Amino acid sequence: MAVRRLEAAALDALFGALRRRGYTLVGPTLHDGAIVYDELDGADQLPIGWTEVQDAGHYRVVRRDDDARFGYTVGPYAWKRYLHPPALRLWRAERDAEGGFELLDDAHEVPRYAFVGVRPCDVAAIAIQDRVFMGGAHVDHDYQARRAGAFIVAVNCTEPGGTCFCASMDTGPKARAGYDLLLTEIVEPGRNGQRAEPVYLLEVGSERGEELLSELGGRPARDDEVAEGERRLAEAADKMGRTLDTHGLADALRRSLDNSRWDEPAARCLACGNCTLACPTCFCNTVEDTTDLTGAFAERTRRWDSCFTHDLSYIHGGPVRVSLKSRYRQWATHKLGTWMEQFGTSGCVGCGRCITWCPAAIDLTEEVAAIAASAQARATRRQARVAPSPETGKGVGDAATTR
Amino acid sequence: MLQPPADRPFAPPPAVAAPDLDPMRTVPFRVAGLHVDNEDTFTLELTPPAGHELAPFKPGQFNMLYVFGVGEVPISISGDPDRPGVLVHTTREVGAVTQAMRGLRIGDAIGVRGPFGSSWPVEAAEGRDVVLIAGGIGLPPLRPALYHVLARRERYGRVMLLYGARTPEDMMFPDELAKWRAMFDLEVHVTVDRATGNWRGNVGVVTPLVKRAPIDPRRTVAMICGPEIMIRFACQELARRGVSPQDTYVSLERNMKCAVGLCGHCQVGGHLVCRDGPVFSYDQVERLLDQGEV
Ligand SMILES: Cc1cc2nc3c(=O)[nH]c(=O)nc-3n(C[C@H](O)[C@H](O)[C@H](O)COP(=O)(O)OP(=O)(O)OC[C@H]3O[C@@H](n4cnc5c(N)ncnc54)[C@H](O)[C@@H]3O)c2cc1C
Ligand code: SF4
Ligand code: SF4
Repeated sequence: MAVRRLEAAALDALFGALRRRGYTLVGPTLHDGAIVYDELDGADQLPIGWTEVQDAGHYRVVRRDDDARFGYTVGPYAWKRYLHPPALRLWRAERDAEGGFELLDDAHEVPRYAFVGVRPCDVAAIAIQDRVFMGGAHVDHDYQARRAGAFIVAVNCTEPGGTCFCASMDTGPKARAGYDLLLTEIVEPGRNGQRAEPVYLLEVGSERGEELLSELGGRPARDDEVAEGERRLAEAADKMGRTLDTHGLADALRRSLDNSRWDEPAARCLACGNCTLACPTCFCNTVEDTTDLTGAFAERTRRWDSCFTHDLSYIHGGPVRVSLKSRYRQWATHKLGTWMEQFGTSGCVGCGRCITWCPAAIDLTEEVAAIAASAQARATRRQARVAPSPETGKGVGDAATTR
Repeated sequence: MLQPPADRPFAPPPAVAAPDLDPMRTVPFRVAGLHVDNEDTFTLELTPPAGHELAPFKPGQFNMLYVFGVGEVPISISGDPDRPGVLVHTTREVGAVTQAMRGLRIGDAIGVRGPFGSSWPVEAAEGRDVVLIAGGIGLPPLRPALYHVLARRERYGRVMLLYGARTPEDMMFPDELAKWRAMFDLEVHVTVDRATGNWRGNVGVVTPLVKRAPIDPRRTVAMICGPEIMIRFACQELARRGVSPQDTYVSLERNMKCAVGLCGHCQVGGHLVCRDGPVFSYDQVERLLDQGEV
């Protein structure tokens, strides 16, 4: 499918086309000093001309000198709040006269969302949660229904944020799959107080996306326009705020459970759980069983949970992960290591949210890099000990030589 | 997205037969039988509602049992896998849900989801010696394996049960234990932490029983259930006796909310206990359990 070029006004057409098809539109909008996701009525509610400055433990929105609609990266929210809501009633049950009960067949309709402005890291994060909730022997039915209905308008990132490292995680700054439509926003810097209007390159990722095209206007993009988009994305990959060397990382973490370096983040971590709430792939949840006042009705509610709580690992007698160190280690090793064994992908897409929203400014990339470096040093020392020495041909660790 | 390293490939779990049933919906069974085993332990016999066929289970599997409005907890099946139509669970009362479960009467409803999880390797153990090691409330989850083996006794070599309880009164299934002890082709050794009354048997933890048992390491498949600390000591002793960790199976307990791999609570390193366990060969989890707080 050829790339198309759209004017900024095409976004209004896109919103209209999606609304006519019955979608509830959700996208980024400025709210209380942060760019969050919310239900939107029109493209004018996008954070036009805003961007943000992000660093470890730091987030601030600032004005841009152009009218970019997508001139920022990701904020504190993730799309999971629409696909896997923070609280969801799973079922209700009613007690009968004979000491029994029955599950009520509540009609369960899920909203059909169109997500507008899904960044490549988040497209990958949704694919990861797909694996968690739908890739195993048992499928999360509510998630499956929400996911089947969702329309995804992804937006590539030409300006990565201060905590982004999608290039390291191989998820961005260009989305490769998992969207219905994909936009690349091209905007020139404002000149002489004139704010430039962006234009868009549009790629189609599905039949559903294709079907919308005729309503969006625009024209086929010229080769030089496509090349300009590619150039900006290639440049973006080199401008990541953070990097992470993932080579052998999962194995290094697996071998580093006893590393004392975990003490450092543990000493700063407040166990607030912000990182897990902000993370677009974190999926841990708990259930609450309650009754109404009469005791005749009971219901089960599923809620987001966090591995930073004691309750998550509680078994009779006490939590398994008592120390903060063990809980931070669980989180980091899960994201970048054991997730692979559990679900066949990394659990981290490099969106940087956990770094930005950590009140203690703990930087995941820095912590695991330190662990990996120390695991590497350990391995080198071990190798030096058993490597044959040039004179004797025997290792230093060889009992015969050392004695 | 980053993929797993080549030497640790990801094998997706097999699909279940009826994936269209919402795995979080519980089915109201009825309490058909109720037996108080001792001070804090009780056994329930449950029957399914009309029209609901009871799924067969494998020894070592568990169900999520739900008490109306109170909560839901994982409990192993303690009954005979060859006896269809009734589901047997033996539970120790330790907190909110198990206490409420203890309050159920014959005819009351209890929600059941399952069966879930991996099982004791009773089929793979054919032709081998079977050593079952249980601590306290760890005997009920092993009982289905023992039933299975005894029903096919000729297929196995030596069969041994080593069981430790806190006191003689805490011993599970005393009548059956007596019956088992009287069997000529089953060796039963029991011990108590603390002798009371006219106890004349072994006193102490279960590890010395493992040390003394006539185990042939090359022929043995061991299956262990009990408190984690007891599991670790028993496994260490078995290893000392030459039984390989691959032939040593343990059942792990972790907090579980969904039992179907969707809630994240039961992680132990790269394993989800509900999905990959609760029964593991010891080589899969030894390093993690030794580390602690994993
Ligand atoms: C696979 C498996 C099989 C089990 N089989 C049996 C059995 O056959 N008999 C038996 O008596 N017990 C068994 N248990 C332990 C049993 O699940 C707990 O004793 C029970 O959850 C305690 O719940 P509570 O609400 O009464 O206790 P509380 O202490 O009030 O617990 C609060 C909550 O924490 C969680 N929790 C507490 N302890 C445990 C635990 N040990 N394991 C998992 N979650 C826990 C539960 O969600 C529980 O609702 C098994 C556990 C697992 C994981
Ligand atoms: S672990 Fe951090 S960087 Fe990785 S996906 Fe989660 S929030 Fe983003
Ligand atoms: S790492 Fe940071 S965000 Fe995560 S729980 Fe600790 S203090 Fe909170």
